[in-house]
Amino acid sequence: MRAPRLLVAVLVVVLALVPALPMAGMKQYVLHVMIQILIWAFIGGAWSLMGRFGLVSLGHGAFLGLGAYCAVLLWNFFGVNPWLAGIVAMVLTGLLAAVIAYPCSRFQVVGHYFGLVTLAVGEVIRLLIVAERDWTGGSLGVSIKPVGGDSLLAMQFADKRVFYYAALVLWLAGLWVWARVDRSMARSAMEAIGEDETAAASVGIHVTRFKIGITVLSAVLTAVGGVAYAQYISYVNPDTLSGIGVSLRIVFAVVLGGMYSLLGPTVGTALTIALSEYLRIAFGLRLIGMAETIYGLLLVIFIIFLPSGIYGSLAALLRRPRRTPVPAAG
Amino acid sequence: MIDPIFLAEAALNGIMLGGILALLALGLNLIFGVIDIVWIAYVDLVMLCMYLVYYLVQVYGWPVWLGALASIALGALLGIGVHLLIITPILGSAPINQLLATGGLLFFLQSFATFLWTTDHKSVRMSLPSFEVGGIFVPLTRLIPFAISIVALIGLYLFLTRTFVGTAIRAVSQDREAMSLMGANPQRIYIVTSAVGGLMAGLAGALLIFQYSVHPFFGGQFGPLTFMICVLGGLGNMVGAFVASFIMSEIISLAGVIWSTEMGYVIAFVVFIVMIFARPGGILARRS
Repeated sequence: MRAPRLLVAVLVVVLALVPALPMAGMKQYVLHVMIQILIWAFIGGAWSLMGRFGLVSLGHGAFLGLGAYCAVLLWNFFGVNPWLAGIVAMVLTGLLAAVIAYPCSRFQVVGHYFGLVTLAVGEVIRLLIVAERDWTGGSLGVSIKPVGGDSLLAMQFADKRVFYYAALVLWLAGLWVWARVDRSMARSAMEAIGEDETAAASVGIHVTRFKIGITVLSAVLTAVGGVAYAQYISYVNPDTLSGIGVSLRIVFAVVLGGMYSLLGPTVGTALTIALSEYLRIAFGLRLIGMAETIYGLLLVIFIIFLPSGIYGSLAALLRRPRRTPVPAAG
Repeated sequence: MIDPIFLAEAALNGIMLGGILALLALGLNLIFGVIDIVWIAYVDLVMLCMYLVYYLVQVYGWPVWLGALASIALGALLGIGVHLLIITPILGSAPINQLLATGGLLFFLQSFATFLWTTDHKSVRMSLPSFEVGGIFVPLTRLIPFAISIVALIGLYLFLTRTFVGTAIRAVSQDREAMSLMGANPQRIYIVTSAVGGLMAGLAGALLIFQYSVHPFFGGQFGPLTFMICVLGGLGNMVGAFVASFIMSEIISLAGVIWSTEMGYVIAFVVFIVMIFARPGGILARRS
């Protein structure tokens, strides 16, 4: 556990210094990309809390969209500031997660079934958002009403650097939660459940309680990520924040980075966002759709050839030399 | 209140939609039952076949029946292609990797279609008469595809029960390990299954292009619905998928007429979620 802690500390110092580096006019863009990476890494980490224990959700877009739209709609229509709206969002997504997780655990909906049920939930939320277009703006999305100037209460700032440091803090908080779960009883219990649910139940592990707990935690954190993203971009749209597309992207980023490690989701998110940005810029407005095509192709190739993700494969590579007992160099 | 005539019309439309959904659901189910992998990109294969029919019939003026045959052929080829290129390398991988591989294919196909044909909606113009039965209008553009889908479903049933390969496929979906003991070649079975599954997708595409317009994100419209129908009927359960197709199509049709089209889908999906909790293995599950 010491190596990741040191790595994280170094990373934090480096990241904290980024806004101070001279970047010849590219700074706004670099900050923009980094903020996205930090927020999506946070969301990916939240997903991995479920994913690493075998609860593969293909519908995290539901929690993301619910959280984002909660914050935006409560502000636009009722003037509720995003901090309070965030709490409302957490409660709502927590409830939704519990409502889904309880029957799933009690009735043994697992594996492919669970994935497809969560996919259905994600689609329900997306369709609801589109259907209620008088409130939500439907497929066109809705922008956050500007408060005119910087406001901590309304979470609106003109300077990207404020968002950057806020995202950094959020990302660190996500890592902290992940590390706490990793070291807790819940982790051992969930691993036991993942291996053999009946055996776990027979030794007294309260399967339903743990499953619901981890699902609610994952959902609530995802909602917070949704609120953060909405506040940064100032615009929400059902296709970018709910539905199967975004749900799959989250899962891809985490699995490619490595589901079982602290920094796996971050590595995966950084790589997938960097890749998609690079392709977007390389192609520009020529050959519309080609950037995404190559992105999809690369995702498939990565999944086929790097099944344990980048972090996992790297970790395995680094571990190998230590297995052979080498006499001290003379 | 809603005029009962509209409700009756919606109910009838639901049945006709159900026939085509059944094609999709059974194709997907067949593949899952045998290979144990959900092709998340399945309906995107349908999308590709729809584009083929559009170009052949609408742009190049081929006769409809020839375009449909081409679509079926393309579907079968795509099925085999997907299996050989994407499924075979990941047969032994963790389920999540398998889901992601077909998910990546989804991204790839949708973007490639956007690149090739832009996001414009394209449909085939066909004006066929509707005839009236007791105040209800039955459009031939819906009735004929329905009839063809029923014929195809009967054909599938006969294939699965009366041919050697079909019986082998059913045997595999019941017990994969015993398959090689019985002397069946797994790779050949998988390829035939993928071809048949793709064939169903091709046929569904040929039938759908005359009622719906195609665009790169067509898979988003029917994809989740197809998965849900399969899960509702019990993954791998063909009869269940058949029944579930009509249940879902009726809910969508009726709720769509009573509220709005989107709410029709929302309600259908909510009903799906509720029913899964009531019967986790599917409504006609082998286990209760």
